[in-house]
Amino acid sequence: MREIIIISGKGGTGKTSLTGAFAHLAGGQIICDLDVDAPDLHLLLKPSRERQEEFYSGHEAKIDPGKCDGCGVCASLCQFGAIREKGSGYAVDLLRCEGCKVCVAFCPAEAIGFPEKHCGQWYISATRFGPLVHAQLFPGAENSGRLVMVLKQQARELAKAQGADLVLCDGAPGIGCPVISSLSGAHLAVAVTEPTPSGRHDLERVAELCGHFQIPLAVIINKYDLNPEETSRIAGFCRGRSYPVAGRLPHDLSVTEAMVQGLVVTELPETAFSLGLKRAWSRIRELAGLGCQGQAAASL
Amino acid sequence: MSIIAVTSEGPSLDDQVDPRFGRAAGFLVVDLETMDTRYISNGQSQVMAQGAGIQAAEIIAREGVGWVLTGYVGPKAFKALSAAGIKVGQNLEGLTVRQAMERFKSGSIESAQGANRTGR
Amino acid sequence: MIVAVASGKGGTGKTTVTASLATVWDGPLVAVDLDVEEPNLHLFLQPAISGSQTAHMPVPLVDESRCTYCGACSDLCQFKAISVMGQLVLTFPEMCHGCGGCLAVCPEKALSPGQRELGEISWGRVGQVVFLSGRLRIGEAMSPPLMRRVKAKLEQMLPANGGDAIIDAPPGVSCPAVNAVIDSDVVLLVTEPTPFGFYDFQLAWEAFSPLGKPLAAVINRAGLGHDAVYRFCREKGLPILAEIPYDRSIAEAYARGRIITEVSAGLRENFISLRDKLRDLARPGPSGKAVHA
Repeated sequence: MREIIIISGKGGTGKTSLTGAFAHLAGGQIICDLDVDAPDLHLLLKPSRERQEEFYSGHEAKIDPGKCDGCGVCASLCQFGAIREKGSGYAVDLLRCEGCKVCVAFCPAEAIGFPEKHCGQWYISATRFGPLVHAQLFPGAENSGRLVMVLKQQARELAKAQGADLVLCDGAPGIGCPVISSLSGAHLAVAVTEPTPSGRHDLERVAELCGHFQIPLAVIINKYDLNPEETSRIAGFCRGRSYPVAGRLPHDLSVTEAMVQGLVVTELPETAFSLGLKRAWSRIRELAGLGCQGQAAASL
Repeated sequence: MSIIAVTSEGPSLDDQVDPRFGRAAGFLVVDLETMDTRYISNGQSQVMAQGAGIQAAEIIAREGVGWVLTGYVGPKAFKALSAAGIKVGQNLEGLTVRQAMERFKSGSIESAQGANRTGR
Repeated sequence: MIVAVASGKGGTGKTTVTASLATVWDGPLVAVDLDVEEPNLHLFLQPAISGSQTAHMPVPLVDESRCTYCGACSDLCQFKAISVMGQLVLTFPEMCHGCGGCLAVCPEKALSPGQRELGEISWGRVGQVVFLSGRLRIGEAMSPPLMRRVKAKLEQMLPANGGDAIIDAPPGVSCPAVNAVIDSDVVLLVTEPTPFGFYDFQLAWEAFSPLGKPLAAVINRAGLGHDAVYRFCREKGLPILAEIPYDRSIAEAYARGRIITEVSAGLRENFISLRDKLRDLARPGPSGKAVHA
């Protein structure tokens, strides 16, 4: 079983649209949306939920106003500015609370509770391209990477149970916690970039991150025709670092058209874009060690 | 060393070895001389945002075990287990706790030299 | 007035809007890049950098000669950054959130603050605009601690009586994004009228509206997709302060690192009007300084 993760560094380069199309081309494999903060893959795959679980992670401090005698020890110890005066006592600003328990441990009046933090939900759903493991973090909740690990665990178990040979993951933008977690155990990371100063800059950082965790990286240059010179600079960067460029895709509004219809772009009539996408997918399969078996792309 | 801990999906010797170390459902602590077993639930680690492997190492270190048998161990848990002088037998997922224990008794489990799962 | 430019979905044009507003600002301004994981504002503003510093977080250092292995630190630490295993104290500095709990709880005073490098804070100037940015060290998992340090630097830079700043926030709606907008006076959400843009816009609205700050929207790539976001804004009473039409020539200019207000006079007018509307929006608040619950 192989695990492929689609990332980008910069947001909005086309990760999710490409992942949706790859899920179509792969056909019947396990799909996993690891962007638990702002997940969008479900908008293309129209999942029907078969399992729903609550997600708890860490704890948060809550001051009982009846017990608080207003001494202010909590506020003086809190490194996160999460405790504010309220009336004659204090209250916790949950958006700033890190769940470190320091206030709980030092409150002389034992007025601070420490309940588990309900951070979101995760789901296993059926889609027309195969099972989807996905989640929704509550807006504003902490994204520690733990939910990403839970989803990957579920996706791997599902792949094992169903004899699938691929887990295809849509990642989050950035290079922090959730992205680091999503790289763990992956056989191949595919970075989708665009020929803009931000696209290249962010690709370089995410590539360095993959190097840091020793995950093989391939690159797709989306909207390559927006700036041909920048595209060659990105290609040069990839050559220099031996990152294979799995595809160059033109700027094409059919991606948005498909999205509006709740479809992936390979479900629309063929364009230069979708043709390039199919070629990129065969290359990615090869790079991930899946061979050219099945010729999934050709049979569609 | 006659006391070992095995990451287990349940409280009996015929339960499966839980492949996860830090987030294992629980640990079956077995005294190989008396064959007394004791199950320690690891439910509290499920809610931890991070550090479950280190906490699991603390839990089993308190049991005075010399070895832990499991599937995968991450680098931080491995560091903590090594510090506590606990040896690790890994890649034992797919076996029952009893099978893992028999394999240990036959001397065919080697002490791991490092983590077999990447970080985080 | 502090304006936070946020989005939900990545790539909707936060940095474009931030840079464009900076070019039309009519007074002293600090432009702040708080997308510390992938900072891009400098690529468009191209400031002359005049200073930088490495940002650190305090993590526990153990004096083994004083430690009695009582385990108080390890029991308190919620992040397992310090662990007592028999006659050994282990620290995992990369797991530490810097809460200081272990230092405070240690009865033997065996712990002192060490350092973990979070990344770099740099500052400079472009024309009348002061530039400030954070850049997360590759491999560092937590961005909010560095963001807090950049915000502390911003506080030093702003005059005591207020002053203006525009914050380029990270995408998403979880802790880093909330951290970026929480100390602002106005939150400006940049979206695009596509299904992805709209879905994430709703998430952003859910995450940021409880903050009780004035919220407003900018619609980028107007003309693409569908009209759901317009209906949503009308229903929620969320003002749309500007629209940037979808136009391939704008996308190409952006791809060349150009600030779009410098590409077309019409767009420049758009952003001047956006700037004035933001001022109006911030005005109802007492004295322009954020009030926290």
